[in-house]
Amino acid sequence: MNEYRMLSTSGILGYGYAEESLKIGMSWEPHVIGCDGGSTDPGPYYLGAGKSFCSRLSVKRDLRLMLIAAVAAKIPCIIGTSGGAGGEPHLQDTATLVREIAREEGLSFRMALIHSEQSAESLIERINAGATRPLAKMKPLDAATVKRATRIVGMMGPEPIARALDGGAQVILAGRSSDPAQWAGPAIRAGFNPAPSWYAGKMLECGAEPTVPKEPDNIFLRVRDDHIICEPPNPIRRSTPLAVANFALHENSSPIHHTEPGGLLDTSECVFEAINDRAVKVSGMTWTPAKTYTIKLEGVEEAGFRAISICGTRDPVLIGQVDSYLETHRAKVAAKAASFGVPPTDYTMLVRTYGKDGVMAGWEPVKEITSHELGFVIEVLGKTQDIANAVLAMARTSMLHADFPGRLCKEGNMAFPYSPSDIELGAMYRFSVFHVVTPKDPYEMFPIEYETV
Amino acid sequence: MARIRDIAQICKSKNAGPFMVTIDVLFEDHDLYRRVKATGVLNAALFAKLYGVAEQDVLFTPYDTAAAFKATLPRLVPAGDFGDTDVYGAQQHAPLLDVDIPLNDLR
Repeated sequence: MNEYRMLSTSGILGYGYAEESLKIGMSWEPHVIGCDGGSTDPGPYYLGAGKSFCSRLSVKRDLRLMLIAAVAAKIPCIIGTSGGAGGEPHLQDTATLVREIAREEGLSFRMALIHSEQSAESLIERINAGATRPLAKMKPLDAATVKRATRIVGMMGPEPIARALDGGAQVILAGRSSDPAQWAGPAIRAGFNPAPSWYAGKMLECGAEPTVPKEPDNIFLRVRDDHIICEPPNPIRRSTPLAVANFALHENSSPIHHTEPGGLLDTSECVFEAINDRAVKVSGMTWTPAKTYTIKLEGVEEAGFRAISICGTRDPVLIGQVDSYLETHRAKVAAKAASFGVPPTDYTMLVRTYGKDGVMAGWEPVKEITSHELGFVIEVLGKTQDIANAVLAMARTSMLHADFPGRLCKEGNMAFPYSPSDIELGAMYRFSVFHVVTPKDPYEMFPIEYETV
Repeated sequence: MARIRDIAQICKSKNAGPFMVTIDVLFEDHDLYRRVKATGVLNAALFAKLYGVAEQDVLFTPYDTAAAFKATLPRLVPAGDFGDTDVYGAQQHAPLLDVDIPLNDLR
Protein backbone atom coordinates (compact mmCIF):
# COMPACT_ATOMS: atom_id res chain seq x y z
CA MET A 1 0.00 0.00 0.00
CA ASN A 2 1.57 3.32 -1.00
CA GLU A 3 -1.04 5.57 0.52
CA TYR A 4 -3.69 5.40 3.22
CA ARG A 5 -6.90 7.27 2.42
CA MET A 6 -9.26 8.72 5.01
CA LEU A 7 -12.51 10.64 4.70
CA SER A 8 -13.88 12.87 7.44
CA THR A 9 -17.45 13.96 6.88
CA SER A 10 -17.78 17.12 8.95
CA GLY A 11 -16.36 19.37 11.65
CA ILE A 12 -18.50 17.68 14.25
CA LEU A 13 -20.98 14.85 13.83
CA GLY A 14 -24.30 16.64 13.49
CA TYR A 15 -22.93 19.83 11.91
CA GLY A 16 -24.04 18.47 8.54
CA TYR A 17 -22.34 17.96 5.16
CA ALA A 18 -23.37 17.71 1.53
CA GLU A 19 -24.56 14.20 0.62
CA GLU A 20 -22.92 14.66 -2.78
CA SER A 21 -19.53 15.21 -1.06
CA LEU A 22 -19.78 11.80 0.58
CA LYS A 23 -20.64 10.16 -2.78
CA ILE A 24 -17.61 11.76 -4.45
CA GLY A 25 -15.38 11.05 -1.45
CA MET A 26 -16.43 7.38 -1.41
CA SER A 27 -15.55 7.09 -5.12
CA TRP A 28 -11.96 7.99 -4.12
CA GLU A 29 -11.93 4.68 -2.18
CA PRO A 30 -11.12 5.65 1.41
CA HIS A 31 -9.78 2.96 3.76
CA VAL A 32 -11.74 4.48 6.63
CA ILE A 33 -14.41 7.14 7.14
CA GLY A 34 -15.38 8.90 10.31
CA CYS A 35 -16.19 12.08 12.12
CA ASP A 36 -15.23 13.78 15.35
CA GLY A 37 -18.09 14.03 17.84
CA GLY A 38 -16.89 17.07 19.76
CA SER A 39 -14.52 18.38 22.42
CA THR A 40 -14.45 20.68 25.45
CA ASP A 41 -14.97 23.60 23.07
CA PRO A 42 -18.71 24.17 23.73
CA GLY A 43 -17.88 24.54 27.42
CA PRO A 44 -18.31 22.50 30.59
CA TYR A 45 -22.10 22.11 30.54
CA TYR A 46 -22.35 19.19 28.12
CA LEU A 47 -19.82 17.02 29.92
CA GLY A 48 -21.52 17.75 33.24
CA ALA A 49 -25.12 17.32 32.09
CA GLY A 50 -24.35 14.22 29.99
CA LYS A 51 -25.95 15.82 26.95
CA SER A 52 -24.91 16.33 23.35
CA PHE A 53 -24.62 19.86 21.98
CA CYS A 54 -25.74 18.70 18.54
CA SER A 55 -29.33 17.66 18.06
CA ARG A 56 -30.36 14.02 17.88
CA LEU A 57 -32.00 14.65 14.48
CA SER A 58 -28.91 16.17 12.86
CA VAL A 59 -26.53 13.59 14.35
CA LYS A 60 -28.76 10.78 13.13
CA ARG A 61 -28.84 12.22 9.64
CA ASP A 62 -25.03 12.53 9.48
CA LEU A 63 -24.52 9.09 10.98
CA ARG A 64 -27.08 7.35 8.76
CA LEU A 65 -25.38 8.33 5.51
CA MET A 66 -21.98 7.36 6.91
CA LEU A 67 -23.08 3.92 8.14
CA ILE A 68 -24.76 3.11 4.82
CA ALA A 69 -21.63 4.19 2.92
CA ALA A 70 -19.21 2.31 5.20
CA VAL A 71 -21.19 -0.94 5.13
CA ALA A 72 -21.54 -0.78 1.32
CA ALA A 73 -17.79 -0.20 0.91
CA LYS A 74 -16.88 -2.73 3.68
CA ILE A 75 -14.68 -0.18 5.47
CA PRO A 76 -14.62 0.98 9.09
CA CYS A 77 -16.60 3.98 10.31
CA ILE A 78 -15.08 5.61 13.40
CA ILE A 79 -16.65 8.27 15.61
CA GLY A 80 -14.31 10.12 17.99
CA THR A 81 -15.47 11.81 21.21
CA SER A 82 -18.95 10.36 20.79
CA GLY A 83 -21.90 12.48 21.80
CA GLY A 84 -19.89 15.69 22.02
CA ALA A 85 -18.06 15.13 25.30
CA GLY A 86 -17.28 11.41 25.28
CA GLY A 87 -18.72 10.57 28.71
CA GLU A 88 -20.72 7.39 29.32
CA PRO A 89 -24.17 8.95 28.62
CA HIS A 90 -22.79 10.52 25.43
CA LEU A 91 -21.37 7.19 24.27
CA GLN A 92 -24.58 5.29 25.08
CA ASP A 93 -26.78 7.87 23.30
CA THR A 94 -24.64 7.55 20.18
CA ALA A 95 -24.78 3.74 20.36
CA THR A 96 -28.57 3.90 20.62
CA LEU A 97 -28.67 6.02 17.46
CA VAL A 98 -26.42 3.56 15.62
CA ARG A 99 -28.64 0.61 16.60
CA GLU A 100 -31.74 2.52 15.53
CA ILE A 101 -30.27 3.37 12.14
CA ALA A 102 -29.07 -0.21 11.62
CA ARG A 103 -32.59 -1.47 12.33
CA GLU A 104 -34.19 1.08 10.03
CA GLU A 105 -31.74 0.48 7.19
CA GLY A 106 -31.30 -3.28 7.62
CA LEU A 107 -27.56 -2.94 8.29
CA SER A 108 -25.47 -5.40 10.28
CA PHE A 109 -21.93 -5.03 11.59
CA ARG A 110 -19.65 -5.60 14.55
CA MET A 111 -19.50 -2.51 16.74
CA ALA A 112 -17.02 -1.49 19.42
CA LEU A 113 -17.72 0.97 22.22
CA ILE A 114 -14.57 2.36 23.80
CA HIS A 115 -15.35 3.75 27.23
CA SER A 116 -13.48 6.76 28.54
CA GLU A 117 -15.33 7.85 31.67
CA GLN A 118 -13.12 7.40 34.74
CA SER A 119 -14.43 6.40 38.16
CA ALA A 120 -13.53 8.51 41.19
CA GLU A 121 -12.05 5.44 42.93
CA SER A 122 -9.71 4.65 40.05
CA LEU A 123 -8.53 8.25 39.87
CA ILE A 124 -7.95 8.49 43.62
CA GLU A 125 -5.76 5.39 43.34
CA ARG A 126 -3.79 7.14 40.59
CA ILE A 127 -3.46 10.29 42.73
CA ASN A 128 -2.21 8.19 45.65
CA ALA A 129 0.28 6.49 43.34
CA GLY A 130 1.62 9.91 42.29
CA ALA A 131 0.56 9.32 38.69
CA THR A 132 -1.16 12.67 38.05
CA ARG A 133 0.05 16.21 37.42
CA PRO A 134 -1.73 19.50 36.65
CA LEU A 135 -2.00 21.27 33.30
CA ALA A 136 -2.38 25.02 32.71
CA LYS A 137 -2.45 26.71 36.12
CA MET A 138 -4.48 24.04 37.91
CA LYS A 139 -3.56 22.90 41.40
CA PRO A 140 -2.33 19.32 41.81
CA LEU A 141 -5.25 16.89 41.64
CA ASP A 142 -6.61 15.75 44.99
CA ALA A 143 -9.23 13.25 46.12
CA ALA A 144 -11.69 15.99 47.17
CA THR A 145 -11.69 17.54 43.67
CA VAL A 146 -12.25 14.14 42.10
CA LYS A 147 -15.14 13.36 44.47
CA ARG A 148 -16.74 16.75 43.82
CA ALA A 149 -16.60 16.28 40.04
CA THR A 150 -19.82 15.42 38.23
CA ARG A 151 -17.98 13.58 35.48
CA ILE A 152 -14.37 12.97 34.47
CA VAL A 153 -13.20 11.53 31.17
CA GLY A 154 -9.77 10.45 30.00
CA MET A 155 -8.72 11.43 26.49
CA MET A 156 -7.61 8.30 24.66
CA GLY A 157 -4.83 8.08 22.11
CA PRO A 158 -4.88 6.07 18.88
CA GLU A 159 -4.00 2.72 20.48
CA PRO A 160 -7.44 1.65 21.79
CA ILE A 161 -8.97 2.60 18.43
CA ALA A 162 -6.41 0.49 16.55
CA ARG A 163 -7.09 -2.37 18.98
CA ALA A 164 -10.83 -2.19 18.26
CA LEU A 165 -9.98 -2.58 14.57
CA ASP A 166 -7.82 -5.61 15.50
CA GLY A 167 -10.90 -6.90 17.30
CA GLY A 168 -12.82 -6.87 14.03
CA ALA A 169 -15.04 -3.86 14.71
CA GLN A 170 -16.41 -2.14 11.63
CA VAL A 171 -18.15 0.64 13.55
CA ILE A 172 -16.16 2.16 16.40
CA LEU A 173 -17.66 4.62 18.84
CA ALA A 174 -14.91 6.11 20.94
CA GLY A 175 -15.54 7.98 24.16
CA ARG A 176 -13.37 11.05 24.66
CA SER A 177 -10.47 10.78 22.25
CA SER A 178 -7.72 13.15 21.22
CA ASP A 179 -9.12 14.75 18.05
CA PRO A 180 -6.53 13.30 15.63
CA ALA A 181 -6.36 9.89 17.37
CA GLN A 182 -9.27 8.31 15.49
CA TRP A 183 -7.31 8.92 12.27
CA ALA A 184 -3.74 8.39 13.47
CA GLY A 185 -4.84 5.02 14.91
CA PRO A 186 -5.91 3.31 11.68
CA ALA A 187 -3.14 4.90 9.58
CA ILE A 188 -0.34 3.86 11.96
CA ARG A 189 -1.92 0.40 12.31
CA ALA A 190 -1.80 0.10 8.50
CA GLY A 191 1.96 0.61 8.68
CA PHE A 192 2.28 4.32 7.94
CA ASN A 193 4.71 6.63 9.72
CA PRO A 194 3.38 8.35 12.83
CA ALA A 195 4.32 11.89 11.69
CA PRO A 196 2.15 12.09 8.54
CA SER A 197 -0.51 9.91 10.20
CA TRP A 198 -0.88 12.36 13.11
CA TYR A 199 -0.70 15.32 10.78
CA ALA A 200 -3.47 13.84 8.64
CA GLY A 201 -5.49 13.41 11.82
CA LYS A 202 -5.08 17.08 12.57
CA MET A 203 -6.34 17.97 9.09
CA LEU A 204 -9.28 15.55 9.34
CA GLU A 205 -10.51 16.45 12.82
CA CYS A 206 -12.69 19.37 11.70
CA GLY A 207 -13.91 18.22 8.31
CA ALA A 208 -13.62 20.79 5.53
CA GLU A 209 -12.03 23.48 7.72
CA PRO A 210 -8.78 23.43 5.70
CA THR A 211 -10.68 24.58 2.60
CA VAL A 212 -12.25 27.66 1.09
CA PRO A 213 -15.09 28.42 1.36
CA LYS A 214 -14.79 27.06 4.90
CA GLU A 215 -18.04 25.39 6.02
CA PRO A 216 -18.89 22.04 7.63
CA ASP A 217 -18.35 19.41 4.91
CA ASN A 218 -16.14 16.45 3.92
CA ILE A 219 -12.36 16.44 3.71
CA PHE A 220 -10.20 13.71 2.16
CA LEU A 221 -6.63 12.95 3.23
CA ARG A 222 -3.98 10.77 1.64
CA VAL A 223 -1.19 9.66 3.98
CA ARG A 224 2.01 8.75 2.19
CA ASP A 225 5.51 7.86 3.32
CA ASP A 226 6.63 11.35 4.33
CA HIS A 227 3.78 13.68 3.43
CA ILE A 228 0.03 14.08 3.26
CA ILE A 229 -2.31 15.40 0.58
CA CYS A 230 -5.44 17.28 1.58
CA GLU A 231 -8.35 17.71 -0.84
CA PRO A 232 -12.09 18.33 -0.40
CA PRO A 233 -14.47 16.05 -2.33
CA ASN A 234 -17.03 18.83 -2.83
CA PRO A 235 -16.19 20.59 -6.13
CA ILE A 236 -17.26 23.97 -4.74
CA ARG A 237 -14.37 23.89 -2.23
CA ARG A 238 -10.61 24.04 -2.62
CA SER A 239 -7.74 23.35 -0.27
CA THR A 240 -5.17 26.12 -0.64
CA PRO A 241 -1.82 26.52 1.15
CA LEU A 242 -3.28 29.43 3.16
CA ALA A 243 -6.37 27.44 4.19
CA VAL A 244 -4.27 24.43 5.20
CA ALA A 245 -1.66 26.55 7.03
CA ASN A 246 -4.47 28.42 8.78
CA PHE A 247 -5.99 25.20 10.00
CA ALA A 248 -2.60 23.96 11.22
CA LEU A 249 -2.84 26.72 13.85
CA HIS A 250 -6.33 25.71 14.99
CA GLU A 251 -6.95 25.41 18.75
CA ASN A 252 -3.32 24.78 19.66
CA SER A 253 -1.29 26.92 22.01
CA SER A 254 1.79 26.46 19.83
CA PRO A 255 1.79 26.31 16.01
CA ILE A 256 4.81 24.03 15.95
CA HIS A 257 4.60 21.71 18.95
CA HIS A 258 1.54 19.50 19.28
CA THR A 259 1.52 17.32 22.38
CA GLU A 260 -0.33 14.03 21.94
CA PRO A 261 -0.74 11.06 24.31
CA GLY A 262 2.33 9.18 23.04
CA GLY A 263 4.59 11.93 21.78
CA LEU A 264 5.11 15.28 20.12
CA LEU A 265 4.21 16.25 16.55
CA ASP A 266 6.62 18.96 15.39
CA THR A 267 5.41 21.01 12.43
CA SER A 268 8.07 23.74 12.48
CA GLU A 269 9.66 22.52 9.24
CA CYS A 270 6.42 21.82 7.36
CA VAL A 271 6.17 22.87 3.73
CA PHE A 272 2.75 23.64 2.26
CA GLU A 273 2.58 23.22 -1.53
CA ALA A 274 -0.36 23.47 -3.89
CA ILE A 275 -0.20 20.39 -6.15
CA ASN A 276 -3.10 21.73 -8.22
CA ASP A 277 -5.74 24.38 -7.68
CA ARG A 278 -7.65 22.34 -5.08
CA ALA A 279 -5.22 20.01 -3.30
CA VAL A 280 -2.31 20.76 -0.97
CA LYS A 281 0.70 18.65 -0.08
CA VAL A 282 2.24 19.06 3.38
CA SER A 283 5.63 17.54 4.14
CA GLY A 284 8.36 18.01 6.75
CA MET A 285 6.47 17.03 9.91
CA THR A 286 8.30 14.96 12.54
CA TRP A 287 7.17 12.78 15.42
CA THR A 288 9.11 12.28 18.64
CA PRO A 289 7.77 9.55 20.93
CA ALA A 290 7.32 10.69 24.53
CA LYS A 291 9.45 9.16 27.30
CA THR A 292 6.28 8.72 29.33
CA TYR A 293 2.85 7.99 27.87
CA THR A 294 0.27 10.42 29.31
CA ILE A 295 -3.50 10.72 29.18
CA LYS A 296 -5.28 14.01 29.65
CA LEU A 297 -8.20 14.15 32.08
CA GLU A 298 -11.15 16.51 31.67
CA GLY A 299 -13.67 16.94 34.44
CA VAL A 300 -16.36 19.35 35.56
CA GLU A 301 -18.15 20.11 38.80
CA GLU A 302 -21.46 21.75 39.60
CA ALA A 303 -21.20 25.46 40.40
CA GLY A 304 -24.85 26.22 41.21
CA PHE A 305 -27.98 26.93 39.16
CA ARG A 306 -28.61 29.67 36.68
CA ALA A 307 -31.43 31.78 35.29
CA ILE A 308 -31.20 34.57 32.73
CA SER A 309 -33.37 37.27 31.18
CA ILE A 310 -32.74 39.24 27.98
CA CYS A 311 -33.75 42.87 27.44
CA GLY A 312 -32.66 46.06 25.71
CA THR A 313 -32.96 49.80 26.00
CA ARG A 314 -33.39 52.44 23.29
CA ASP A 315 -33.47 55.32 25.78
CA PRO A 316 -30.59 57.79 25.26
CA VAL A 317 -30.91 59.24 28.77
CA LEU A 318 -30.42 55.79 30.29
CA ILE A 319 -27.65 54.85 27.85
CA GLY A 320 -25.80 58.01 28.88
CA GLN A 321 -25.65 56.83 32.51
CA VAL A 322 -25.74 53.07 32.14
CA ASP A 323 -22.87 52.37 34.55
CA SER A 324 -24.42 54.23 37.46
CA TYR A 325 -27.83 52.80 36.55
CA LEU A 326 -26.49 49.26 36.84
CA GLU A 327 -24.84 50.07 40.18
CA THR A 328 -28.16 51.36 41.52
CA HIS A 329 -29.89 48.30 40.09
CA ARG A 330 -27.47 45.97 41.84
CA ALA A 331 -28.07 47.64 45.21
CA LYS A 332 -31.86 47.50 44.76
CA VAL A 333 -31.77 43.80 43.89
CA ALA A 334 -29.56 43.02 46.89
CA ALA A 335 -31.93 44.83 49.26
CA LYS A 336 -35.03 43.16 47.83
CA ALA A 337 -33.45 39.69 47.79
CA ALA A 338 -32.42 40.14 51.43
CA SER A 339 -36.01 41.14 52.22
CA PHE A 340 -37.31 37.80 50.97
CA GLY A 341 -34.62 35.89 52.79
CA VAL A 342 -31.82 35.45 50.23
CA PRO A 343 -28.49 36.81 51.51
CA PRO A 344 -25.80 37.99 49.04
CA THR A 345 -23.76 34.84 49.79
CA ASP A 346 -26.45 32.66 48.19
CA TYR A 347 -26.25 34.11 44.69
CA THR A 348 -24.10 36.06 42.22
CA MET A 349 -25.64 38.46 39.73
CA LEU A 350 -24.14 39.69 36.49
CA VAL A 351 -25.61 42.06 33.92
CA ARG A 352 -23.93 41.78 30.52
CA THR A 353 -24.16 44.92 28.40
CA TYR A 354 -24.06 44.32 24.63
CA GLY A 355 -23.17 47.51 22.79
CA LYS A 356 -20.61 48.28 25.50
CA ASP A 357 -18.45 45.33 26.52
CA GLY A 358 -20.67 42.26 26.20
CA VAL A 359 -18.16 40.42 23.98
CA MET A 360 -14.79 41.26 25.50
CA ALA A 361 -15.59 42.41 29.08
CA GLY A 362 -12.28 43.16 30.79
CA TRP A 363 -10.34 42.92 27.50
CA GLU A 364 -12.49 45.57 25.76
CA PRO A 365 -10.26 48.52 24.86
CA VAL A 366 -13.10 50.78 23.61
CA LYS A 367 -14.60 52.64 26.55
CA GLU A 368 -17.00 55.04 24.82
CA ILE A 369 -20.53 53.83 23.98
CA THR A 370 -21.61 54.97 20.51
CA SER A 371 -24.60 52.68 20.00
CA HIS A 372 -28.18 54.01 19.98
CA GLU A 373 -29.38 50.88 21.77
CA LEU A 374 -27.91 48.52 24.36
CA GLY A 375 -28.74 44.86 24.94
CA PHE A 376 -28.61 43.26 28.39
CA VAL A 377 -28.45 39.73 29.64
CA ILE A 378 -29.29 39.59 33.32
CA GLU A 379 -27.84 36.46 34.87
CA VAL A 380 -28.15 35.02 38.35
CA LEU A 381 -26.20 32.05 39.65
CA GLY A 382 -27.86 30.75 42.80
CA LYS A 383 -27.24 28.00 45.33
CA THR A 384 -30.51 26.43 44.17
CA GLN A 385 -32.70 26.91 41.10
CA ASP A 386 -35.40 28.50 43.29
CA ILE A 387 -32.96 31.11 44.56
CA ALA A 388 -31.68 31.83 41.05
CA ASN A 389 -35.26 32.18 39.74
CA ALA A 390 -36.36 34.42 42.61
CA VAL A 391 -33.39 36.80 42.43
CA LEU A 392 -33.59 36.90 38.64
CA ALA A 393 -37.30 37.78 38.72
CA MET A 394 -36.53 40.65 41.07
CA ALA A 395 -33.56 41.75 38.94
CA ARG A 396 -35.72 41.71 35.80
CA THR A 397 -38.45 43.81 37.44
CA SER A 398 -35.86 46.25 38.78
CA MET A 399 -34.27 46.63 35.32
CA LEU A 400 -37.70 47.51 33.94
CA HIS A 401 -38.84 49.91 36.63
CA ALA A 402 -35.84 51.39 38.52
CA ASP A 403 -35.79 55.17 38.46
CA PHE A 404 -32.83 57.23 37.22
CA PRO A 405 -32.07 60.96 36.95
CA GLY A 406 -33.84 62.66 34.04
CA ARG A 407 -36.05 59.63 33.33
CA LEU A 408 -38.74 60.30 30.70
CA CYS A 409 -39.71 56.67 30.00
CA LYS A 410 -41.82 56.34 33.13
CA GLU A 411 -43.62 53.16 32.03
CA GLY A 412 -40.51 51.04 31.72
CA ASN A 413 -36.80 51.22 30.94
CA MET A 414 -36.41 48.02 28.96
CA ALA A 415 -37.84 46.18 25.97
CA PHE A 416 -38.24 42.47 26.77
CA PRO A 417 -38.49 40.35 23.61
CA TYR A 418 -39.94 37.26 25.31
CA SER A 419 -42.84 36.16 27.44
CA PRO A 420 -41.83 34.31 29.57
CA SER A 421 -39.03 36.77 30.18
CA ASP A 422 -37.07 34.51 32.52
CA ILE A 423 -35.15 31.48 31.29
CA GLU A 424 -34.01 28.70 33.62
CA LEU A 425 -30.60 27.40 32.54
CA GLY A 426 -30.48 24.68 35.19
CA ALA A 427 -27.21 23.47 36.67
CA MET A 428 -24.06 25.35 35.82
CA TYR A 429 -20.78 23.47 35.59
CA ARG A 430 -17.17 24.57 35.58
CA PHE A 431 -14.01 22.82 34.49
CA SER A 432 -12.38 21.49 37.63
CA VAL A 433 -10.12 18.72 36.35
CA PHE A 434 -7.56 19.46 33.65
CA HIS A 435 -4.67 17.19 34.49
CA VAL A 436 -2.61 14.40 33.00
CA VAL A 437 -2.24 10.90 34.30
CA THR A 438 0.44 8.33 33.54
CA PRO A 439 -1.35 5.05 32.83
CA LYS A 440 0.27 1.60 32.94
CA ASP A 441 -0.32 1.36 29.21
CA PRO A 442 -2.38 3.20 26.54
CA TYR A 443 -5.30 0.74 26.93
CA GLU A 444 -6.06 0.20 30.62
CA MET A 445 -8.20 3.34 31.04
CA PHE A 446 -10.31 2.61 27.96
CA PRO A 447 -12.14 -0.73 28.07
CA ILE A 448 -13.52 -1.94 24.73
CA GLU A 449 -16.91 -3.62 24.51
CA TYR A 450 -17.99 -5.43 21.33
CA GLU A 451 -21.48 -6.17 20.07
CA THR A 452 -23.07 -7.39 16.87
CA VAL A 453 -25.60 -4.93 15.58
CA MET B 1 2.00 52.56 8.14
CA ALA B 2 -0.42 49.70 7.56
CA ARG B 3 -3.02 48.24 9.84
CA ILE B 4 -3.23 44.47 10.35
CA ARG B 5 -6.81 44.50 9.04
CA ASP B 6 -5.57 45.94 5.73
CA ILE B 7 -2.59 43.65 5.13
CA ALA B 8 -3.36 40.24 6.75
CA GLN B 9 -5.63 37.64 5.14
CA ILE B 10 -6.63 36.01 8.43
CA CYS B 11 -6.83 37.44 11.94
CA LYS B 12 -8.75 35.25 14.40
CA SER B 13 -9.02 34.01 17.95
CA LYS B 14 -10.09 30.66 19.40
CA ASN B 15 -9.85 28.55 22.53
CA ALA B 16 -6.71 26.52 23.03
CA GLY B 17 -8.31 24.38 25.72
CA PRO B 18 -10.68 25.85 28.33
CA PHE B 19 -8.10 28.10 30.00
CA MET B 20 -6.27 29.73 27.09
CA VAL B 21 -7.15 31.82 24.06
CA THR B 22 -4.97 31.74 20.98
CA ILE B 23 -4.79 34.54 18.42
CA ASP B 24 -3.46 34.02 14.89
CA VAL B 25 -2.47 36.40 12.12
CA LEU B 26 -1.72 34.90 8.69
CA PHE B 27 -0.43 36.33 5.45
CA GLU B 28 -0.89 34.88 1.98
CA ASP B 29 2.19 36.72 0.74
CA HIS B 30 5.27 35.24 2.43
CA ASP B 31 7.39 38.25 1.47
CA LEU B 32 4.97 40.60 3.20
CA TYR B 33 5.02 38.29 6.26
CA ARG B 34 8.81 38.53 6.39
CA ARG B 35 8.65 42.33 6.22
CA VAL B 36 6.03 42.46 8.97
CA LYS B 37 8.17 40.14 11.07
CA ALA B 38 11.25 42.31 10.46
CA THR B 39 9.51 45.37 11.97
CA GLY B 40 9.38 43.51 15.30
CA VAL B 41 6.04 45.15 16.17
CA LEU B 42 4.26 41.84 16.72
CA ASN B 43 5.73 40.27 19.84
CA ALA B 44 4.77 38.99 23.27
CA ALA B 45 4.98 42.49 24.80
CA LEU B 46 2.41 43.85 22.32
CA PHE B 47 -0.10 41.10 23.16
CA ALA B 48 0.55 41.58 26.87
CA LYS B 49 -0.25 45.29 26.49
CA LEU B 50 -3.34 44.80 24.25
CA TYR B 51 -4.88 42.21 26.57
CA GLY B 52 -3.57 43.39 29.92
CA VAL B 53 -1.81 40.14 30.80
CA ALA B 54 1.73 39.55 32.04
CA GLU B 55 4.28 39.25 29.25
CA GLN B 56 5.63 35.99 30.65
CA ASP B 57 2.12 34.51 30.31
CA VAL B 58 2.08 35.12 26.53
CA LEU B 59 3.41 32.34 24.33
CA PHE B 60 4.30 34.14 21.10
CA THR B 61 5.46 32.09 18.10
CA PRO B 62 6.15 33.27 14.57
CA TYR B 63 5.56 30.33 12.22
CA ASP B 64 7.62 31.07 9.13
CA THR B 65 6.57 28.20 6.89
CA ALA B 66 2.90 29.17 7.31
CA ALA B 67 3.59 32.95 7.19
CA ALA B 68 1.78 33.23 10.51
CA PHE B 69 2.10 34.69 13.99
CA LYS B 70 0.48 32.99 16.94
CA ALA B 71 0.01 34.30 20.47
CA THR B 72 -1.56 32.23 23.24
CA LEU B 73 -2.62 33.84 26.49
CA PRO B 74 -4.57 32.90 29.62
CA ARG B 75 -8.28 33.73 29.56
CA LEU B 76 -9.71 36.20 32.07
CA VAL B 77 -12.36 33.59 32.90
CA PRO B 78 -12.19 29.87 31.96
CA ALA B 79 -14.51 28.86 29.11
CA GLY B 80 -18.10 28.62 30.29
CA ASP B 81 -17.35 29.67 33.86
CA PHE B 82 -19.38 32.44 35.52
CA GLY B 83 -18.66 35.74 33.78
CA ASP B 84 -17.17 34.26 30.62
CA THR B 85 -18.36 36.22 27.59
CA ASP B 86 -17.08 33.99 24.80
CA VAL B 87 -17.28 30.21 25.33
CA TYR B 88 -15.48 29.45 22.04
CA GLY B 89 -13.05 32.37 22.37
CA ALA B 90 -13.84 33.27 18.75
CA GLN B 91 -14.30 37.05 19.12
CA GLN B 92 -11.23 38.25 21.00
CA HIS B 93 -9.12 39.26 18.02
CA ALA B 94 -10.40 42.80 17.40
CA PRO B 95 -7.74 44.79 19.31
CA LEU B 96 -5.17 43.38 16.92
CA LEU B 97 -6.92 44.61 13.76
CA ASP B 98 -5.91 48.22 14.32
CA VAL B 99 -2.28 47.59 15.20
CA ASP B 100 -0.15 49.67 12.87
CA ILE B 101 2.82 48.05 11.17
CA PRO B 102 5.45 50.53 9.97
CA LEU B 103 5.80 49.35 6.36
CA ASN B 104 6.82 52.40 4.34
CA ASP B 105 7.05 50.88 0.88
CA LEU B 106 3.75 48.97 0.88
CA ARG B 107 2.63 48.21 -2.65
